[in-house]
Amino acid sequence: MVEFGGWDMPVEYTGIVDEHLAVRTQAGLFDVSHMGQIEIAGADALAAVQWISSNDASKLADGQIQYSALTTPEGTFVDDILVYRMTGQHFMLVVNAGNIMKDYEWIRARVAERVGDASVVNSSSRYALIAIQGPKAEAILQRLTAIELPAMKYYWFATGEVAGMRVTVSRTGYTGEDGFEVFVPPAQAEAVWNALLDAGAADGIKPCGLGARDTLRLEASMRLCGSDMDEQTTVVEAGLSWIVGWKKAEFLGSDVLRAQKAGTLERKLVGFEMVDRAIARHGYPVVIGDDTVGVVTSGTQTPFLKKAIGLAMVPVSRSEPGTQIQIEIRGRRVAAVVVPEPFYKRPKTA
Amino acid sequence: MYPTDLKYTKDHEWVRVVSEEAAIGITDFAQKQLGDVVFVELPDVGRVLTQGEVFGTIESVKAVSELFSPVAGEVIAVNGDLGAHPEAVNGQPHDAWMIKVRVSNAGDLAALLDAGQYEALTQ
Repeated sequence: MVEFGGWDMPVEYTGIVDEHLAVRTQAGLFDVSHMGQIEIAGADALAAVQWISSNDASKLADGQIQYSALTTPEGTFVDDILVYRMTGQHFMLVVNAGNIMKDYEWIRARVAERVGDASVVNSSSRYALIAIQGPKAEAILQRLTAIELPAMKYYWFATGEVAGMRVTVSRTGYTGEDGFEVFVPPAQAEAVWNALLDAGAADGIKPCGLGARDTLRLEASMRLCGSDMDEQTTVVEAGLSWIVGWKKAEFLGSDVLRAQKAGTLERKLVGFEMVDRAIARHGYPVVIGDDTVGVVTSGTQTPFLKKAIGLAMVPVSRSEPGTQIQIEIRGRRVAAVVVPEPFYKRPKTA
Repeated sequence: MYPTDLKYTKDHEWVRVVSEEAAIGITDFAQKQLGDVVFVELPDVGRVLTQGEVFGTIESVKAVSELFSPVAGEVIAVNGDLGAHPEAVNGQPHDAWMIKVRVSNAGDLAALLDAGQYEALTQ
């Protein structure tokens, strides 16, 4: 068990590799109740979300979700978030565990100084969150719910019952596989967890810890806020221009992001693969000659692709796929190469 | 239970001595702490180690840690099989030796733990 964002969480149950492969080939179950929820409601709720986050929430329909960034006036990350549109006047943001209070205070202050009718509520303690991920996730979850899962598209959600408990189910996840996340009142979380493990036993479902969550997300090129980017990293630098609503009105940091898109960008987060046999990890320097020009933000040996991969912040001049870079590992320089992202993309089902 | 023909260190290495040749590896406790081992970096044959000196590194999916030599002496063999099959350290920790050292000071062995003492340390 390790401390994570104020929670005691298991790093692994049966082993990181075992759990990782279960998610890629069968199904895995994650307790991600540490994730926070902040709700914004009122006549100006949409205006509030549009002002504080980078993506264009006006494109969402009721029941739809988008990945976005909570931005500073410098275009950097307060946090990365998922935005759920409950109604046109009610949005729920899912935020990182370690940032719940920071995000909440930040959002309240920014909304208060700019937006009229919108209240901000930290409802994190009202929800436990259970993620079921993997190619068998839909079949397993369907055994416990009347919600018509095949009709639910990626990044949409619905309310209903799972194992007799009132829940919200979204088709989301942090693994690169198909899967769902189930929001359930904490008192019913254990029952839902156990029901899912039972329902998936014959399909080889396995409980998964933080270790596999990290290797799975990295293999799928998903960023970890706090590791890959933070309040010093802009959304464009993080390689996440696709979560910027370029056509929407001004928002926090939009001028900086627009300028970077127009050509002032100096550094960029890229994917790399080790050429020499070694594993680069968070914080290792990227070097050219005698100069440190960048830094590894995440790195591991991935259990499914069986490669040493990672993400690194490098000068734009070194960011094209195919570029050779050097990483200093415990005083030794080892070769790596910039590669296209994502490292892993799940096979499309018919 | 830890094999009684091995000696152990507080850093969770084991050593098996057969006629002045010491095979060195890491314990079952150590491999469980590390989790899935994916990479073992070992010294070249011929390197001379002092007792307690770092002779390599071992990496699991989640962490990297250093390997300390339980005894002083010259490295006379390196287990190349671990390059292709590092997971052997998880599967058979007390058979998956990493290096063999020609012991230069038999007195080094006296300072090591026996199986009972080591097991007590890991409780």
